[in-house]
Amino acid sequence: MNDELKSIWLKFFNWVMGNGPRPENEVLPPEPPPDLPFTQKPHDKFSRFHEATLKERYNQWLEIHGLHIFSILYSALSILTCLVIVVLLLATVAELPPFGHERNPANNEVIRRYVEHGWHETGAQNIVAGLILDYRAFDTFGESSVLFTAAVSVLMILGNSRSSKKYKFKQLHVYRNDDTILRGVAVMAIPVILMMGCVVVINGHLSAGGGFAGGAILSTALILCANAYGFESVRRFFNERIFIVSSSTALMIYALSKGYSFFTGANQLHSIIPKGVVGNILSAGLILPLNICVGLIVAGTLYGFYALFSEGDI
Amino acid sequence: MIDNMVAFNIPFVSIFMLMIAAIITPLLPRKKRIPEKLSCLVIFIVAILSAYLLYALTSSGQDISFNFPMGHFPAPWGNELRAGPLEAVLSLVFCVAMLLSLTGNFSSTAEDIPASRRQIFSVLVNLLTASLLALTYTNDLFTAYVFIEINTIAACAIVAVKEGPATTRAALRYLIMSLVGSGLVMIAICLLYDLTGHLLMQNMHGAIQVLMITREYAMPLTVSLGLVTTGLAIKSALYPFAAWLPDAHGTSTNASSAILSGLVLKGHVFTIIKIFYRVFGLEVIHALRMDTVIFILGVAAMIMGSVHALKQNNIKRMIAWSSVAQIGYIFLGVGLNTVAGIAAACLHIIVHACVKPMLFTAAGGLSNAAGHKKELHALMGTFYVNRWAGMGLIAGACSMMGIPAFAGFASKLSLTLASFDNKFIVWALAALATSSVLNALYYVPAVIVILTHNKNNPPKPAPVTKLYKFSMFVFLMINFYLGLFCVPLLRLITRGVNVL
Repeated sequence: MNDELKSIWLKFFNWVMGNGPRPENEVLPPEPPPDLPFTQKPHDKFSRFHEATLKERYNQWLEIHGLHIFSILYSALSILTCLVIVVLLLATVAELPPFGHERNPANNEVIRRYVEHGWHETGAQNIVAGLILDYRAFDTFGESSVLFTAAVSVLMILGNSRSSKKYKFKQLHVYRNDDTILRGVAVMAIPVILMMGCVVVINGHLSAGGGFAGGAILSTALILCANAYGFESVRRFFNERIFIVSSSTALMIYALSKGYSFFTGANQLHSIIPKGVVGNILSAGLILPLNICVGLIVAGTLYGFYALFSEGDI
Repeated sequence: MIDNMVAFNIPFVSIFMLMIAAIITPLLPRKKRIPEKLSCLVIFIVAILSAYLLYALTSSGQDISFNFPMGHFPAPWGNELRAGPLEAVLSLVFCVAMLLSLTGNFSSTAEDIPASRRQIFSVLVNLLTASLLALTYTNDLFTAYVFIEINTIAACAIVAVKEGPATTRAALRYLIMSLVGSGLVMIAICLLYDLTGHLLMQNMHGAIQVLMITREYAMPLTVSLGLVTTGLAIKSALYPFAAWLPDAHGTSTNASSAILSGLVLKGHVFTIIKIFYRVFGLEVIHALRMDTVIFILGVAAMIMGSVHALKQNNIKRMIAWSSVAQIGYIFLGVGLNTVAGIAAACLHIIVHACVKPMLFTAAGGLSNAAGHKKELHALMGTFYVNRWAGMGLIAGACSMMGIPAFAGFASKLSLTLASFDNKFIVWALAALATSSVLNALYYVPAVIVILTHNKNNPPKPAPVTKLYKFSMFVFLMINFYLGLFCVPLLRLITRGVNVL
């Protein structure tokens, strides 16, 4: 039954395609003459017959499939490496001292002095601020310099690309003049964010926060302003020149004031910087001005990155 | 401790002078190349200060080292710098090599880079020098990490300072590899802090000794050692992780290539030496088998770096692959895991820091004479156009091959002597011999090419500045000094390693 159906279908198919048995009086067009050896395109090495060598076949095969196989191998090896690292690190973490245990190696004389004497030795109520801006201020100077280095590097690579004819960046950021909702929210939010940022920076030695956190908050106000009113409006008060001058000046104040402190500390000289009364806004020695410097650097750098990566210029 | 109060402040003053120079440079005017001249001046002053520190530390005949507390709080609570003869001599060499790399390529930098970028290039050079000195002097592992970060970003940026797709691609590749390295180092430092409760090197050392006796936390300790070694090995281009190096060093401007190959790699290598020697201690490194791993990788780098260099047609890429082989020599010395081995490795750091910038400066001068072509066949006969560059290349090649009286001979000899009381002696000697022959296989043809007269297409005479001639002269003098008078230097380094 099945074969019969198939043969009927085949007949129907041949009829539709015109493949039916030819009538005997049909004149066929003459067949083209077979390709003779000398009409073939001569090959580089073999004039008559050319059988691809193993190497050529391998190269052809590589050309067709190479990229595909490479990408598969690459992904497989990456996943494998990541899995090995993940398993290794998880196994390591499982072996580490338990979190928060009192007999951990990290609970030693170093932490004890930070917690017990940090308050009156640094004058800062916020122990973390005292730790990063007084006990270990050299590290924080390095961290601020990392931001400065990154900012000048990105500025060098991407800067001036808006005006340069050599590289035309595609404008990723389409500025809409008529976004009433965004503008309405921004006009209310920006002053609050700015205030919040300033409070976090200035109270860095009294409560949680400090230069890094406050600077990040300040930069969000600038980014919101750029999105709502366009980069041109931000450029009126914060352009490339002001960015470089503010970052350099802030870092310079940090370097000079802390350099003085390091010098007097190491040579056991008397330092003229007063500690003040713990809890007052003007206290904790250099921590307040240093927080302001770090805040300026962080705010400028974060906004600078946003502007450079979206516009190609600050 | 040290009584000389001027010398006592030099580590701190050197780092801060360079940082302040870097911070003030963006505010300076660009005309008359003031930013670059300022960095040269500051690096020169720091070199003189380092020389004075070296004199003050060694003149008494005793092995002195001292700690400089950064601030009013003593070491485990505050940050600390540490200086001994080894640190002083390394910072002197870093400053001198940096200064000569800048002055030797002063005119080629102006050709490759526009003025606005040159200003930031000077900022980055100052930051790089400051971070190298901070890595040399620091006694605190977290400070080391912070300055590794500055070093990484500045090094990637001085690759990208020359405009063009090739340098941008090379810089991105370098950045990605370097950040993987930074991440591994960061994780390792976190683990080590969790295990020891300290970031100061000698306190960590004490805690690790206790851990080794009590056999507690053996696995996290091994993993952290592996991670920190891998991370820094990626940054210092040890062989299997060196794929980023030839692009980054071969495409950038000559000054950047010289600085990157001669100095940036060495900062990370010296950090590894400090971590092995001061944080873990040689016995712990041996117990955890890390010395064998480093030794094998060093041998692999010596052979494979030269094999890759043999395949190159571009002279800068050839010299860049040769750096991979030379880094292998340094790691061979570290892998011997003895004081003599580490001293030989430090001597090779110094030798390579002086010779590789000379080779890159010479290659830049020769390719300039050949009409900015860097292919080896295009350099035919260029020796007769720029003889100073030609002499630099020949002296550098002799040094890399280890011909007596040239700098490389001193370090290869001390590496050979250091491997005598080691169980790996056969492997070390075989690797040294093979690698020296391989070095000759690619440096000798380059020397023959530049010495062959090109009658068909003679290179056009190009002006050679006095500054270039002077820098090359100083490079050559240092090269001969290191080759002929290495024994006092090696003795000094050994004393420095003993008090490290």
